[in-house]
Amino acid sequence: MSQAVVDRLRAQFGERLLETSHAFGGHEIVVADKDWVEVAQFLKEDGELQMDHFIDLTAVDYPERPSARFDVLLLLRSSVNGGRIRVRTRVDEGQELGTVSGVWPGANWAEREVWDMFGIGFSGHPDLRRILLYEEFIGHPLRKDYPIDRAQPLVPYREVEEIDKLPPFGIEEGQPFARIDWEARLAGGDNQVSPAIGLQQGQRRALSDSEAALQIQKRLAAKAKAAATEATSTEATKEGQGD
Amino acid sequence: MEPADELLQQESALELQAEPMRLNMGPSHPAMHGTVRMVLDLDGETIVNLDLQPGYLHRGFEKSCERGTWAQVFPYADRLNYVSPMLNNVGWSLAVEKLLGIEVPERCQYYRVILGELSRIADHFTCNGASAMELGAFTPFLWLLKVRDWIWDVLEKETGARMTHSFGRIGGMAAPPTADFKDDLRALIPEVHKVVKEAEIMLIRNRIFLDRMQGVGILSKEDALGYGCTGPVARASGLPYDVRKDYPYMVYDRFDFDVPIGEDGDNWDRFMVRLEEIRQSVRIIEQAIEQMPDDGPVNVDDPRIVLPEKHDVYTTIEATIAHFKLVMEGLQTPKGEVYSFTEGGNGELGFYIVSDGSGTPYRVRVRPPCWFNLAACREMLIGEMIADIIPTFGSINMIGGECDR
Repeated sequence: MSQAVVDRLRAQFGERLLETSHAFGGHEIVVADKDWVEVAQFLKEDGELQMDHFIDLTAVDYPERPSARFDVLLLLRSSVNGGRIRVRTRVDEGQELGTVSGVWPGANWAEREVWDMFGIGFSGHPDLRRILLYEEFIGHPLRKDYPIDRAQPLVPYREVEEIDKLPPFGIEEGQPFARIDWEARLAGGDNQVSPAIGLQQGQRRALSDSEAALQIQKRLAAKAKAAATEATSTEATKEGQGD
Repeated sequence: MEPADELLQQESALELQAEPMRLNMGPSHPAMHGTVRMVLDLDGETIVNLDLQPGYLHRGFEKSCERGTWAQVFPYADRLNYVSPMLNNVGWSLAVEKLLGIEVPERCQYYRVILGELSRIADHFTCNGASAMELGAFTPFLWLLKVRDWIWDVLEKETGARMTHSFGRIGGMAAPPTADFKDDLRALIPEVHKVVKEAEIMLIRNRIFLDRMQGVGILSKEDALGYGCTGPVARASGLPYDVRKDYPYMVYDRFDFDVPIGEDGDNWDRFMVRLEEIRQSVRIIEQAIEQMPDDGPVNVDDPRIVLPEKHDVYTTIEATIAHFKLVMEGLQTPKGEVYSFTEGGNGELGFYIVSDGSGTPYRVRVRPPCWFNLAACREMLIGEMIADIIPTFGSINMIGGECDR
């Protein structure tokens, strides 16, 4: 079956199929890096081949080769006719290969791993970041020139930029934690639970027409006002600095 | 009209915060078996988006393989899928044997099949038992693990270790089967059947269990193919792919067994596929016991590959030299690249090995079935509730050692 795959590809791509070989029960084709995605697309979509089952994508490092340091391999199987094929291409260090994650979603993680371990980039990949190692890791460990016994120091805590606020929060920020709204109770209200929880449980009247709610609304309004004033004053300071 | 109902009319007053909440789950979470981290974006309890972050158990398996001899990979291979280590051992043996172009004697092939299928049963017991336990059914978990322990008793008697056996060898096994191997199995098989039946009775008509499993974590056949899913996960999604049937290796083509297939690809199907596979594995073992020869060699007769007898090493110079060369230089393989694949506990376990003709592997790539099953887990979970992570993640049977390597 697999020989038929090679024949079909030969008929389609002709000279662009650089090499074909058969060893140890597996058929292999070699294509140029610029044909990589096109061949992959064809393998999946051709009515005869139907290589729809993604098996693996990996790489091998040959640092002693004068050019094209890495071999990238794509292993595929057809769920329809059981054919198998191995596609190989060669890329040089720093060179990007087209992504096949659009053809088989499973290639997404496999390409991320190849990036992580070998440092081979994939152009058009939706989410190319390290997957097994952490982002502070220096180097790509499956390259032959990465010594196996190299230790990397522990990384410090990350600065998280997207989160604009970290604990501890102010008194009135965040989710209510207490079950009893002591503030309201001491103010003479009849509320046994905090407004949010009480409302969820249907134990108390709705917020908007209770006194406590009015108080809260007042407080929120005051807070918003204070924030607005602060914002304007900061802007004013900035402008002043600009001058 | 109650005040609350009035408020329902004015939607703005009751509108809850609709901003998605970001929640970190794992890596040290009781439900995240293999220490994997999930970053969830939640809308209420519904999962809008999630980022799966494996790698917390990365030990550098592939890099470590590049520094020893071919035989020194066995202990590492054990620790890939540590729930069914024998399948990994056999997978690695077969890969190197494919490179060497040798085939082990028939008795050894049957022996490997039986030990492998025992491991598979233990693997599926663990997965199904843990899935049930996480949903509150503690008794089936204990019952299934009880049988797993009996299986491990047999494996211990054969190999000397309960879990990480390191029992495979290139060109054979570390030791021939013990004298009462077959009797032990004949005693074990009825117990396995009994406990599977018991666990089944407790679980498969349990309303709570059904509600948590059925229709949850659905993976379509197309996604299973595209994501490279294999094993029980793919079969539950209706993909009839089993390496033992489709690309038979060893003596699997001589056995009569079925490949269970699911229809919906939900947690329930994955659970049931594993349950049925236990029965099919028992069928294989039963047939293998009958067919396995009682005498005959286990290792190939080639001093360049197999270590000589200990007695000879101490008494003859030839065996001493052979032993020294095999241990210090490693067995010499021809130059070439091989992809060898077997049916592991979670699917197609492939070893892609590159040899430069020396005693050390140039490159070893293991194709971990878990890795691709876990990638597809994202597809299963988006749109489900946060509580559905527990059974869905459990039914993937993600094994950290294999996934992160």
